[in-house]
Amino acid sequence: MSPQATPKGADSLRADDVTLEDITEGSKAKARAGSLAGWLDDRTNTARPTSYLLKKVFPDHWSFMLGEIAMFSLIILLLTGTILTFWFVPSAGRVIYNGSYVPLKGIPMSEAFKSTVDISFDVRGGLIVRQIHHWSALLFTVSISVHMFRVFFTGAFRKPREINWVIGTILSLLAINEGFTGYSLPDDLLSGTGLRAAEGFMQSVPVLGSYLAYFVFGGAFPGEAIIPRLFTVHVLLLPAIIIGLFTAHIVLVAVHKHTQYPGPGKTNDNVVGYPFMPVYMAKAGGFFFVVFGITALMAALVTINPIWLYGPYDPSPVTAGSQPDWYMGFADGALRLFPGFTEFNVFWFTLSLNVFIPSLVVMPLIYTIAGVYPFIESWVTGDKREHHLLDRPRNAPTRTGLGVMAISFYLILFVAAGNDLIAIKLGLSINDITQTLQVMLLVVPPLAYWVTKRICMSLQRRDQDKVLHGRESGRVVRTAEGRFFEVHEPLPEHERWTLVQQEILTPLQLTARVDENGVRRKSTRRERLRAKVSSFYFADGVAAVTPAELAAAHHDGSAREAIETGQDSGDHDVSDPAWVGQLHGGADERPETDAYASDEDGAEPAGPASAP
Amino acid sequence: MSEHGTEIEGSGGIPERFTNPGLPPHVSRSADLDERAAHRAERQVATLFTLSMVATVIFLVAYFSIDQKTYRFIPGIGQANLSNVVLGASLGLSLLCIGLGAVHWARTLMPDTEVAEDRHPQRSSDEARRDAVETLAAGGTASQLGRRPLVKYAVGGALALVALPQLLVLAGGLGPLPKADLSTTFWRKGMRLMRDNPTPTPIKASDVTLVSVFHVMPEGIDKSPHVLEEKGKAAVILIGIDPALIQVPKERDWGHDGIVAYSKICTHVGCPVGLYEHRTNHLLCPCHQSTFDVAQDCKVIFGPAHRPLPQLQITVDAEGYLIAAAPFQQPVGPSFWERG
Repeated sequence: MSPQATPKGADSLRADDVTLEDITEGSKAKARAGSLAGWLDDRTNTARPTSYLLKKVFPDHWSFMLGEIAMFSLIILLLTGTILTFWFVPSAGRVIYNGSYVPLKGIPMSEAFKSTVDISFDVRGGLIVRQIHHWSALLFTVSISVHMFRVFFTGAFRKPREINWVIGTILSLLAINEGFTGYSLPDDLLSGTGLRAAEGFMQSVPVLGSYLAYFVFGGAFPGEAIIPRLFTVHVLLLPAIIIGLFTAHIVLVAVHKHTQYPGPGKTNDNVVGYPFMPVYMAKAGGFFFVVFGITALMAALVTINPIWLYGPYDPSPVTAGSQPDWYMGFADGALRLFPGFTEFNVFWFTLSLNVFIPSLVVMPLIYTIAGVYPFIESWVTGDKREHHLLDRPRNAPTRTGLGVMAISFYLILFVAAGNDLIAIKLGLSINDITQTLQVMLLVVPPLAYWVTKRICMSLQRRDQDKVLHGRESGRVVRTAEGRFFEVHEPLPEHERWTLVQQEILTPLQLTARVDENGVRRKSTRRERLRAKVSSFYFADGVAAVTPAELAAAHHDGSAREAIETGQDSGDHDVSDPAWVGQLHGGADERPETDAYASDEDGAEPAGPASAP
Repeated sequence: MSEHGTEIEGSGGIPERFTNPGLPPHVSRSADLDERAAHRAERQVATLFTLSMVATVIFLVAYFSIDQKTYRFIPGIGQANLSNVVLGASLGLSLLCIGLGAVHWARTLMPDTEVAEDRHPQRSSDEARRDAVETLAAGGTASQLGRRPLVKYAVGGALALVALPQLLVLAGGLGPLPKADLSTTFWRKGMRLMRDNPTPTPIKASDVTLVSVFHVMPEGIDKSPHVLEEKGKAAVILIGIDPALIQVPKERDWGHDGIVAYSKICTHVGCPVGLYEHRTNHLLCPCHQSTFDVAQDCKVIFGPAHRPLPQLQITVDAEGYLIAAAPFQQPVGPSFWERG
């Protein structure tokens, strides 16, 4: 209020009004934003949460984009899916095609199939929307899976994020079922064959199978009920659950604050990165357009699901090379590999485990194991602390090995779904391929576990070596006596930290069998199992380098190797002081930069814990 | 530390673990230091946004000007729907350019100094937790739920039962009971075997030469009110095979002069078993590769199916056309509990 204004009767009513002067420290635009925000805040009290969210810090890493891809493809799916519903007719009613795609003229088909062909040929831009929708469905499921891998291998599912991991697991399961209901809708020959198989799965349920199938399909297969029912599930039921869980997923990410990779300046008590406004607004917002743009380009250039070539569904034609969309591949592969002798008669009844297990047990089982893993791991490690710093996968060799084991199992099932295509393309016998895959399914996963664990351990050793002896500089030096050495540069402190920051973990141990009074303590079977699993989990761990070890390595390069191999190699004898600290093995090195010199050599002890 | 050599034993000055050195020094980008580089970045960002506008205009023009049915040869793709390619490519570019522009803007011109925000444990304070539990307990006591068991059991019962009507309506209104539907097909004694064409024609026994294959439906199935449902169970594959190769007497008896008819619905999960390899007399299901040997009464010789394909008993009528001598003697298609 300017002092010159004449007082008016109603001024007291306007005492709270925000005027330009009140907030004008900056530009006019700021003032306008301020008064609009003020209007909103007067009614909603949102100033504080808004500025909190705008200032929120997100860490930066390429692997954090995987979840973003899933989120953005979900948005693309909702947008394009809504457009498609305006023309798609979810009905199995029979019509004769008379549209503009000549090869199908005069052929009887369902309204669902006809409307899908119409979207592809008679609605302008309809085909591009359909193809974007299908491509982004594939992208959605791929990105969810790879995002899950990232979360798993970095241990991001640990406390406090177990609930979010479970939500994510459910989302992943729902996403592939949403995909299945979606590609079944056009009622073409390929997807109809998939539905036919799905009906077979339901029939295989012990005792209730035929009832289940008749209830779901509204009678005999295919019937007229399944298309509208699938439609409701696909456009209403599953999307509603997915959006609800997705919202919870995101809210929990905000509540927990994003995890971050270990590195200099990053601790378990902070999050280092860029604020949402403006950096992430631009980066993540821009990334949405990048994902959408690339999906649209794929849809423009690569045909997907050309249902007009398959034709309408009919139960009898041959459909060679029929594969489902990729995310259902593992279930299809399981069906192909599961042996037929597992079907047998129980008294007067048929138990068709050859269908029931691979189709209706394997998928929920895989997802259940994934969902409970965080709880199993924390039981095994006994670790109940919050974790916000991610593990580097090599630093959790058992977990990484188990993850790769699961992925190899999944991949073999996935490859099995293409056994016929492999047979044709490579000119091999389908029987040999199938039998090989059956054996591989049992042999490869344990092998993958073992190999991965060994690789992780050797990567840890390499880190250790890098910290102790520095980085190879590529400079080879000849000494006066004619010996050759490669110059090693010690790692800078900031780079070293990433390699030495991990915790040194030890397995859970049983408490002493006998207590202080000499009375035998009972350890339950459960405790013994836990101790056993825990030592399996932590076995063969490679501990992070400690300052003392680094000092020892600097003092005498052979010391550590000698400790490890149990013998003294003793041939690192380089007397020329010019190369101290730079020759391989760090023989006799004592560079000026060495913070943790051992006091025996008379150097000033350094480092935070050095004060006496 | 003792295992690491005597020299460093008890070396008090050395900490147990390395300490976090803190954030590395910030490295400035060229746009931070050089005004010309910043201008260049500005122009690049603006160019990307402009390209997006151009692509959008191309989309609008193409939407109205390119005929939906134009097919053109496009290098690298082949014959393709021109409208789809142009619409998709221009839409894709208009989106992609916005995205790239925004990301480039963020990376070159927006601040790139990392900031740290503190985290706090998820756990609430002990006081808050105690308060929550106490409020809950006090509310429970105030409701007198514990003191009045009659109310407790009554409200529990009412809430448990109230979901039943909805569930009943849903479950009760779902499809009919299967009854014998899965065990019967459209086939009746005396029905002709018809070619599975848009215009079905009967098949003379003399038409079925050695190693020829016919996809067959029962006569009159196209007049059924439930064509697809009936086809899904009644589809049959008819094969001419050298009678000498047939190893099972029943198969020879149920066929006609080396012509045998089997259900085409796979006993695994119901795909049509339509791939016949005449050198080996094997029938292969394209879905999961179950393989049936026609010479051995369609026994499963490979793959995940367990039961042989049911055989349809056939004969010829007075005019020499193939007819069903009897309906299927067992349920066709995938197994189910009560099929026995």
